[in-house]
Amino acid sequence: MELTRQQVLHVARLANLSLTEEEVEHFAGELSRILDYVETLNRLPLPPPGLHVSEAAKPPTPLREDVSRHSLPVESALSNAPDRSGGFFRVPRILEEGR
Amino acid sequence: MSASFFSSLEEFRKGRDEGAFSIEESVRHYLDRIESHNPSLGAYLTVNPNAVNRARQLDNRKARNPAQSPFYGYPVALKDNLHAIGLPTTCSSAMLANFRPVENATVVDRLLKAGAIVLGKTNMDEFAMGSSTENSAMGPTKNPWDPARVPGGSSGGSAVAVAAGLAPMSLGSDTGGSIRQPAAFCGVLGLKPTYGRVSRYGLVAFSSSLDQIGPFSFSAADALALTVLVSGPDGKDMTVSSRDPVEMERDFAMGTRGLTVGMPEEFFGEGLDGAIAASLERARAVWESEGIVFKPVRLPSAKYGINVYYLIATSEAASNLSRYDGVRYGLRSLSVPDLKALYENTRREGFGPEVKRRILLGTFALSAGYQDQYYRRAQQVQALIREEFDRAFHEVDLIFAPTTPTPPFRFGEKVADPLSMYLSDIYTISANLAGLPALSAPSYPTPSGLPAGAQLIGPAWSEGKLLRMAQVLERAVGTKRPPDLFSKKGETAA
Repeated sequence: MELTRQQVLHVARLANLSLTEEEVEHFAGELSRILDYVETLNRLPLPPPGLHVSEAAKPPTPLREDVSRHSLPVESALSNAPDRSGGFFRVPRILEEGR
Repeated sequence: MSASFFSSLEEFRKGRDEGAFSIEESVRHYLDRIESHNPSLGAYLTVNPNAVNRARQLDNRKARNPAQSPFYGYPVALKDNLHAIGLPTTCSSAMLANFRPVENATVVDRLLKAGAIVLGKTNMDEFAMGSSTENSAMGPTKNPWDPARVPGGSSGGSAVAVAAGLAPMSLGSDTGGSIRQPAAFCGVLGLKPTYGRVSRYGLVAFSSSLDQIGPFSFSAADALALTVLVSGPDGKDMTVSSRDPVEMERDFAMGTRGLTVGMPEEFFGEGLDGAIAASLERARAVWESEGIVFKPVRLPSAKYGINVYYLIATSEAASNLSRYDGVRYGLRSLSVPDLKALYENTRREGFGPEVKRRILLGTFALSAGYQDQYYRRAQQVQALIREEFDRAFHEVDLIFAPTTPTPPFRFGEKVADPLSMYLSDIYTISANLAGLPALSAPSYPTPSGLPAGAQLIGPAWSEGKLLRMAQVLERAVGTKRPPDLFSKKGETAA
């Protein structure tokens, strides 16, 4: 499968990743080659005769008791914050003033 | 100075309890070796500044109360994706260069409760994505057998720390071969336990349906003890089975005579280096002389493991790594006109090329219109691979395979072509996809003196049996340590 520049840009947007022009070119070529390789899967006849295969067997996911526990103290949670204000993480303004 | 202060966990315990050495002396031995060898090897990223203090405390406490656990005072190294309070967790990424964890990983907690001492954190491919440790943002780690060659990856630093005697044991993580492949390249034993054996709480997530934590050691008995110590439920990683880890000790204690071992023809055919094949042939002869029977088995879909892995692991990685947004921890770009730019620029600056490649590939595989073609298809083939292993284990007890197609390759040899790098994991990936335990044990070195790894894959929960088989080989091959080339002080080899 040949990935176009537009597709790479679209996927990068979905992944919240900004790419340089060079990276777009580079990844378009590289990802196309990787996809060509992984796509050989599509040549396998599935499900194979005599084998009922729908999705990979899911490992068991046991439930735990719903009990209240102390959560991470605010100071610990903020200890790695790149920018903070009081007990909050600070981010760029997302609402316009006066609204 | 000899490479190892003691040759096994049992010898450590004995020496410690009989007063042959203090815990402080033992820790200082490894810290001295790190100081002299690490500048050239690059195995460690961080050395624990508190290690000697803790050793003294443990020595003092021991004077009043005899030590309980064999791990009391025992030094270990940790891959830098495992959280240990007081030390950074960088994942060898610019994104987490200054990250300080606020909790211990469960495996670290259990080590510390037993009295172990963390020597430091080891280098790795960024976010555990790679097969040579060349994807580290923190610099290269060299193979102690030949500094022109890579140590393997992603747990390259943990493998080298043990191989070069900078730690007696270490922990790594294995998503597609990241413990076994560097173990094979560095001439040590590396075990990936069964999916669900060890809690990943406090391990930085890469591909959560495949990630597993496991040990590096020189001996099977040591790997067993460390695995038992860190295994079992913690109520935090709900994939961990309630099975008693002690079952591994029981299986380890049983004999190997009469075991039937399958050799998948798909793993011994085209693409396998002649020197590796010859080494494995000698390993097989050792096992046969011990009464172990070999027979061919078929795993026809295993060759699609790489394809499946690079869809499933990248999809999960794309999702897991979405948490690095520059808001709560990790890097934040200085260029942040608005929130979208904060995310996008932080991730552009924080992630290296391989991480970006995998995030893009995984995001694409999960994107609207492509899910069925890629992700679902990969899941179906994954089920097929599991099914083929199940069938094989009706005929044989274990499976024997190479760990890697070639001996360790040279720096730069595969970086330009990601696909060729991916293919170096061709023999290890299927055990992750099937959730099975697998190990790489040192086999006979190649004629040019490079390490070769023998891989054993077993049914779920068979770690004890795998390690028992590895011990048979270990006794025949003997412990081979690399030449002590790297000391700044010009010491001679042990």
